Amino acid sequence: MSKLKLECHEANHICDKNQYKEASLREKIILTFHLMYCRACRKYTAKNTQLTKLVKNPKVETLDNSAKNKLQQAFEVELSKQQ
Amino acid sequence: MAEHIINPNDWIKLYSDYLFNYTITRVSDREIAQDLVQETFLAGLKSMANFKGEASERTWLIAILKRKIIDHYRKINSNKGKAEVRMSYNSDTETEGDWLEERVADPYDKTAEDTIENTELGVAIHDCLGKLPEKQANVFKMKTLLNYETEAICNELNITASNLWVIIHRARTAMASCMEENWF
Repeated sequence: MSKLKLECHEANHICDKNQYKEASLREKIILTFHLMYCRACRKYTAKNTQLTKLVKNPKVETLDNSAKNKLQQAFEVELSKQQ
Repeated sequence: MAEHIINPNDWIKLYSDYLFNYTITRVSDREIAQDLVQETFLAGLKSMANFKGEASERTWLIAILKRKIIDHYRKINSNKGKAEVRMSYNSDTETEGDWLEERVADPYDKTAEDTIENTELGVAIHDCLGKLPEKQANVFKMKTLLNYETEAICNELNITASNLWVIIHRARTAMASCMEENWF
């Protein structure tokens, strides 16, 4: 057990990781402990969680890179015809 | 007076996600949406000379895309028999809407449509993403929307893990405040 008290930037880092479920159990515990007394980090965590929820919404779509490359290729064919 | 300069080389990088989100909420089929976006880019390329620079490139492309979506619906409708009149005279609302005119959308009611457009989540998110610096937007997209592993992103972009988390952190902070302004 190295330390229980976190600096705020460390807490934010753990919070970021936690959004992707990559924080370890120990990290989560000390983050909770930090949030108990740090209002700024509570606010950040709340916002961050909210953003994650928004982005998880199935309505948000992206084209993956392969699809984009396909688009780009088809586009460049046309582009070269123009010039 | 050309305030906006047109530069088709960056279109796909900048606008494809935005246009795709716009389309998918309207046609709800990935394949078709992708095709429509592609057609839009090609059509934009062909009529580049008509671009007056009054609107931004993105607005202009959206205008083309709208026509493409309408065309798409026309096409699928005509295949299934033009004679078929699809007017379901549903009577689930007891009193209102007995007149067909009441069921037709008011063409002059532009503001309502515009507000709906503004509140589409996917579009709003990509709007915010577009405002981020390119690297942040890229990392955020890969990590959050495409769910890549941390290591995979690091390898692809040639950055260290701690570097990645710093970028993510900045992107998230910016995204959170941007969404707060535009969405809530």
